[in-house]
Amino acid sequence: MDFRTEVKEWLATHVPAPLPSMDTEEGFAAHRAWEKELAKARLSVVSWPKEYGGRDLPLTDWLTFEEEYHRAGAPARVSQNGIFLLAPTLFTHGTPAQRARLLPRMADGTDIWAQAWSEPEAGSDLANIRATAVPVPGGWRLNGQKTWSSRAAFADRGFGLFRTDPGRHGLTYFLFGLRADGVTVRPIAQWDGEPAFAEIFLDDVFVPEEDVVGEPGGGWQVAMSTASSERGVSLRSPGRFLAAAHRLVHLWAETRDPKLADRVADAWIAARAYQACAEDEPPPSVLKVFWSELDLALHETALDLLGTSAELTGPWLDGYVFALAGPIYAGTNEIQRNVIAQRVLGLPR
Amino acid sequence: MTPEQRLLATTLDKALTDADVPSIIRAWRTGNQEPGLALWQNLAITTVLDDGGSWSDLVVVFEQLGRHAVPGPWVETIAVAPQLPRVPGPIITVAYDLALDADVANQILIVKNEEVAIGHISGPPKQSIDRTRHLFSVTADETLGAATPTAWNAGALACAAQLWGLGSRALDMAVEHAKLRTQFGRPIGSFQAVQHRLADAHIALAMARPLLHAAARSQTPQDISAAKAMCGNAADQAARTALQTHGAIGYTDEHDLGHYVTKIRALVHAWGTTSTHRARVLAALCD
Repeated sequence: MDFRTEVKEWLATHVPAPLPSMDTEEGFAAHRAWEKELAKARLSVVSWPKEYGGRDLPLTDWLTFEEEYHRAGAPARVSQNGIFLLAPTLFTHGTPAQRARLLPRMADGTDIWAQAWSEPEAGSDLANIRATAVPVPGGWRLNGQKTWSSRAAFADRGFGLFRTDPGRHGLTYFLFGLRADGVTVRPIAQWDGEPAFAEIFLDDVFVPEEDVVGEPGGGWQVAMSTASSERGVSLRSPGRFLAAAHRLVHLWAETRDPKLADRVADAWIAARAYQACAEDEPPPSVLKVFWSELDLALHETALDLLGTSAELTGPWLDGYVFALAGPIYAGTNEIQRNVIAQRVLGLPR
Repeated sequence: MTPEQRLLATTLDKALTDADVPSIIRAWRTGNQEPGLALWQNLAITTVLDDGGSWSDLVVVFEQLGRHAVPGPWVETIAVAPQLPRVPGPIITVAYDLALDADVANQILIVKNEEVAIGHISGPPKQSIDRTRHLFSVTADETLGAATPTAWNAGALACAAQLWGLGSRALDMAVEHAKLRTQFGRPIGSFQAVQHRLADAHIALAMARPLLHAAARSQTPQDISAAKAMCGNAADQAARTALQTHGAIGYTDEHDLGHYVTKIRALVHAWGTTSTHRARVLAALCD
């Protein structure tokens, strides 16, 4: 049986009815249980080496998995910050010991990871980080405040940048436990009232030497590797948008409303274009602006098709509200445009 | 792209750079097509499909013809005519409505009601916004045989590639201008308002190109129409951005930018308008 067929058949018999939101305690637990089930079938991280819970499959098979996964309407991946963002960074910048210790627990949902980048005074200006790490025997002590940390309300561990010296070269990439001594997590409710993100306060939190990723002072470079994953196809696979675009085309086909035909077509075209670039990727900043705007346009078009019932709670509305965050997280689209203008097109600062 | 396709692209780019295409364009639009026809002979690309080339090779060729805004019935001769009943070349124009550059073509093919006929010019040329595009009314004579939808698809794909090339060159010109032109004591390319507009045009073109090449491989109607719609939009956005970045000089006949802006506008409507192709995408998906 070829891989696509295996995935399709497995999903057909295992995808559960829609789970409660992963931003609730109950929903988070249900999503973690789903990760365990995926891992049991060795489908949670198919492109990873076998020793960490994967199948050693090439990128094209991962793209196939993602297409089938989203087509089947399977649950959102509560482990996404770990498997799609931290893991690629560990493959590039981590030590073999870190990979052996962290990845298997990530692959089966034992450890769910949260990102800890932003601070009250460091949003788009990420290099302005003020949370500190000072060396102590056997490790480091972390102090400061992180915010807008997705999944942190219920997750197990976090990763982020801390200042070990002044300047951009004084940042270091740390892993830390969200339930460690000195850590306080204060959930922040979003519009729906659920805590999808949180503030994290760190008060003399001890982190052992082994939980530094890359070199002390080399954190910016490591963080940019994570950010590239967050802006490209690793976090937002083409299958996700293509499945949504197909659902949109089906929704449109119910009425074939000529007023919305052009926008429906454009949403599918954009999703298809995003799929076409998976093997020959434009720079992450280009991809990030593109998929975030595509996601919004696609969901706005669906809401317009729904007409006056669009404001009522439902999957399209949930998708729309989630899409609204896209141009903000992973570096705002304005920052991405600055990057494209200055680093890709070579325009002066 | 394969290494061979990269080589094809750089070879063509160099030949076209050396050929001084802007002078050819200026001559062609006043009715002096001689320099352009000499280029036609020198390039030796009219038989790319007959020589075993794929539609992907075709896309590579048309990206370069677009980047240099080369005038002439290239889409018709290289991409469309090889899909139709055989007639001798070397220059063939194909009319689904008006016939492009029929005055320089050895053969005029007319496609109507899924039939192909040989035709002749039946009226004076009409003037396009792109003054190198001389469009003629034509009348059918002898019928040659059946026309397949493949011919029109090849035309739409080649036109999409040409649009991508035109747009990418227009954006390059705008970026160079933004680096050199100073106002308020700074290069205008240092202003965020200018930077973001150029970045958006770059995003549109960068994301359209993989689709273009995917369409050449799959050759499905939805992919070809998606590519034509997206390349048309991206090229149009690049044209508008490039004109705005240049300011008044871009609006003059003296500056070469006009060769790009006017050809892009013409080609957005040729080989199916953007709305036509969007409708075709939906039709293919909903069948």
